[in-house]
Amino acid sequence: MADELMLEIVTPERLAFSDVVEEVTLPGGEGEFGVLVGHVPFLSSIRIGELNYTKDHKKTYYLVGEGYAEVTGLKATVLVESIEAASSIIVEEAKRDKESAEARLAGMDKENPDYGKIKKSLDMAETRIKVSEKV
Amino acid sequence: MGASLKEIKRQSVAVDKTRQITRAMNMVAASKLKAAQMKMENFRPYAGKLMEVFGSLAGRVVSTTNPLLAVRDPGRIRVIMMTSDRGLCGGFNTNVIKEVEKFTRGKKAEGKDVSLITVGKKGRDFFRKKVKIDGQYVEELSRFDISLAARIAKDAIPPFIAGEYDELYLCYNEFRSVASQRPVMVRLLPAASIGADEDETEAAADYVYEPSEEELLAHIVPMYLRVLIYKGLLETSAGEHGARMVSMDNATSNCEEMIQSLTQKFNSARQAAITAELMDIVGGTEALSAKG
Repeated sequence: MADELMLEIVTPERLAFSDVVEEVTLPGGEGEFGVLVGHVPFLSSIRIGELNYTKDHKKTYYLVGEGYAEVTGLKATVLVESIEAASSIIVEEAKRDKESAEARLAGMDKENPDYGKIKKSLDMAETRIKVSEKV
Repeated sequence: MGASLKEIKRQSVAVDKTRQITRAMNMVAASKLKAAQMKMENFRPYAGKLMEVFGSLAGRVVSTTNPLLAVRDPGRIRVIMMTSDRGLCGGFNTNVIKEVEKFTRGKKAEGKDVSLITVGKKGRDFFRKKVKIDGQYVEELSRFDISLAARIAKDAIPPFIAGEYDELYLCYNEFRSVASQRPVMVRLLPAASIGADEDETEAAADYVYEPSEEELLAHIVPMYLRVLIYKGLLETSAGEHGARMVSMDNATSNCEEMIQSLTQKFNSARQAAITAELMDIVGGTEALSAKG
């Protein structure tokens, strides 16, 4: 159908998702943005965050890692390093990750080479908790 | 004669045991190869798409201050060399080692300084005392994902930006087919020239970029490096199993040939023993009857 958008999500491991959807919302580097069919050609970075798409008036939520999105009029291609369905997130685990990351960051020098890595896993854990609440 | 028969039998049993081992290794390699090929297959869409985006971006951004695209006079060169951790895979590692050796010799003759980053034990062991090794990743290839490529890239990028070295190359066995791998040497940094040989200029559609092209490029270059390194790792792993499969298959058929020739030898030795015994008996009877 003409008013449907082809969405493809690709990770290094596999083609994670490929289907027509009505709308998709992506966590862009400059803020969240929605894509409908007929969007102008668009290339954006993706940060760790929530991706959701609407199909048959139902929203499905995912957590994605860093990457890129390329949008043409009829198709959105999302290249991300990881993807996780919101329904498969184990909240307890994410909370534990968050606490341990916070504990490690406390008192750590920002110059420490590990700082960025732990900060990233903290972001990931926090987003994971947030996304899991949407289900 | 009897001792020799026993000796031949013993040899034949030993060769048969070797054959069983090589055949088992061949089958293990075959199943690992299948898994590795699957991984390569699954990675292709991601890599292809990223290359496309990088190509169109690099084509559009004419002048850039991105440090990863900065071309300097290459005085110091680093090579990421990928070999396997284990042997028994024919000329697989030797080919890469030879390629790197040739490259190193050539660059050194030009008065340039070359150091290595090694993936896999075999390459490291060969160059350990010959060339400076700036980083090594051993016992990683049996199980890895893109995070290994990310680690390698992370270790390689900051020193490049800091100017500790000027050019980065990657040398690995390109997986052409199960039976054929060929060492290739590609330049990773500075990254500009790779995007430049992309001919599809019309692929660069009129995109709206967010953030700016320049910032996007700063994000995408490390990603592009990770993809190339990961591709090298995948092809190395598939190639290793392919090469091992082929060389173990050869070893198995060599064993079979040897067993066949040993069996023949055994049979003719046994026949000779029987004939000799018969001759004894016949000779004895004849002697007796001649007397009577």
